[in-house]
Amino acid sequence: MSKSVIEVKNLTKEYVMGDNIVRALRGVDLQIGEGEFVAIMGPSGSGKSTFMNMIGCLDRPTSGEYFVNGEPVAAMGDNQLADIRNKYIGFVFQNFQLLSRTSALDNVALPLVYAGKKNRKQIAQAALEKVGLGSRMHHRPNELSGGQQQRVAIARAIVNDPLIILGDEPTGNLDSRTAEEIMMLFQDFNASGKTVIIVTHEEDVARHCKRIIRFKDGKVVLDEPVVNPTDAREALKLLPDPDAALA
Amino acid sequence: MNLGDSFHSAVLSIVRNKLRSSLTMLGVVIGVGSVITMIGIGEGTKQKSLENIQVMGSNMITIMPDWRRNGQSGGSANATLKTEDVDTIKAQVPTVELISGAVNGGVTAKLGNRSAQTRVQGCEPQMAIIRNATKMLQGQWFNSADNDMMERKAVLGWQVYDNLFAGDNAIGTTIKVKGQNYEVVGVVAYKGGTGMMNPDDQIYVPLKTAQKRLFGKDTLDFISVQAMDTDLMPTTQGQIEDALYAKRKTASGDALFRVFNQGEQLEQIQQQSKLLSYLLAGIASVSLLVGGIGIMNIMLVSVTERTKEIGLRKAIGAKAEGILTQFLLESIVMCVLGGALGVLFGWVAIYVVSPLLQVPPIVNIQAVIVAFTFSLMVGVFFGLYPAIRASRLQPIEALRYE
Repeated sequence: MSKSVIEVKNLTKEYVMGDNIVRALRGVDLQIGEGEFVAIMGPSGSGKSTFMNMIGCLDRPTSGEYFVNGEPVAAMGDNQLADIRNKYIGFVFQNFQLLSRTSALDNVALPLVYAGKKNRKQIAQAALEKVGLGSRMHHRPNELSGGQQQRVAIARAIVNDPLIILGDEPTGNLDSRTAEEIMMLFQDFNASGKTVIIVTHEEDVARHCKRIIRFKDGKVVLDEPVVNPTDAREALKLLPDPDAALA
Repeated sequence: MNLGDSFHSAVLSIVRNKLRSSLTMLGVVIGVGSVITMIGIGEGTKQKSLENIQVMGSNMITIMPDWRRNGQSGGSANATLKTEDVDTIKAQVPTVELISGAVNGGVTAKLGNRSAQTRVQGCEPQMAIIRNATKMLQGQWFNSADNDMMERKAVLGWQVYDNLFAGDNAIGTTIKVKGQNYEVVGVVAYKGGTGMMNPDDQIYVPLKTAQKRLFGKDTLDFISVQAMDTDLMPTTQGQIEDALYAKRKTASGDALFRVFNQGEQLEQIQQQSKLLSYLLAGIASVSLLVGGIGIMNIMLVSVTERTKEIGLRKAIGAKAEGILTQFLLESIVMCVLGGALGVLFGWVAIYVVSPLLQVPPIVNIQAVIVAFTFSLMVGVFFGLYPAIRASRLQPIEALRYE
């Protein structure tokens, strides 16, 4: 296996809800190597979302160790975590999470602002061109379709050249054709060497990945490679194109 | 994220929410504007009062009989002032620069079919200097010889002149005062006074002429004194009181006259207008405070409304300080912008309102600076709490917020 970008050891997470303690993660051991394409699956309450938040450095574990690119993040403070997120992780959310009344270009450039980079417009423009939205840079989210909005979100995720692209149900709000197009983008990024991790509950979507990790009751119950993953580009050709307008 | 970026995103956020931002700013605009307007009007009122006093003359002390004493102590006391009192003061008070006795009374003045209800003041020519009425529109004042000879000569105040002559040459023309013929020898230039003692609404005639011919008495209604120096006013007043007291008192020792010092009047007016200014500024400050609370309210709503945005910003690398700075700057920029608009609004309001109140338009620069600075502080103070709340949001909870 190549160098691991994510490594967790005996990771646990407990929430206090009223008088009850909810044990969302009960000791997870995992390694994800550079260039992998992983789907994290599991029913509601399985702990997959909690795990997603952990590896996205949005939340801290109760116990256990976690390394991103070899850096021990479990013990880091808020500001250090913010830097890790900015540098290593590109988020793609189910409901896009774009700033309204803000152009696609400015949305995409936002991580660069927090990274303190220069030439933001050019870098953001290049990212938008990579996801096929070079012609709609100055549109606002409410002037874009759902698929286009998710492309903007993906452009934002890749703009700072992260190690890992983390998708939380990235196709959950999209129709099947648009979902396929988004998966094609993920496959393309993976092919160019990026580590891609998506959380999904759709078997079809997960079949596009190279590895599926299944959670249940806060533990990994199955971790297996995907035999013959779906090629989104091929799948698109088989799908009827109802309006042939989406280029 | 540096300060420039924070500032940029604060401005963008304000511009993207134009309606909300402008409504929020309105409170500060009105607050700052009313502080400046109120203080300006207070200042204008003060200025106006001071001008009214100053057209009466400067360093002036007025001595009047104390009519309240009349009939006291068995009626033997009679509160009057006489020409000899003028001589007494002249002889005993060295700090007196000029002095003139005077009589006055209401009269009807006529020229052909035009007539004017006005007041006659009989005085010696130096009254022109004491009352600051030497600037002439036409002609000149009568002289002491005219007084000694009881000449029927008259100097008109501007308003009387305007009523009778309406801009024509008045010099040499004979007018009727109380039915007697008087030759107009001078017209005093416009002074802009108001009220009972309006110097524009006066006819000046020689003292002796007025005493003998018009009012038939040898007493004085008042004595006007000009002190040598403003600083000597209290001394001069005291010496006049001492000099007159020896002669003009009741059997029980009460003075039969009263001495009014113009400086005291000035002080009183200044004190009153200061009080007025403070009162107005206080009311206006309350509106500025209310404006600030409005800002805080909107900022808190804005933090709640933008919880997801804050979560996303944190997810992609914003630190607590970055969020804090952004929201704080947003509040500050709104307040400063509102403050600037308020200054403009106040400035314009002073020039619109002052003429209606007949006071000179005065923009107090100090008030402008204080109000503007205060609006900046309002921005910091009322923006801080919402900004801290925003910066403390956990990214995971903020992202999940619905």
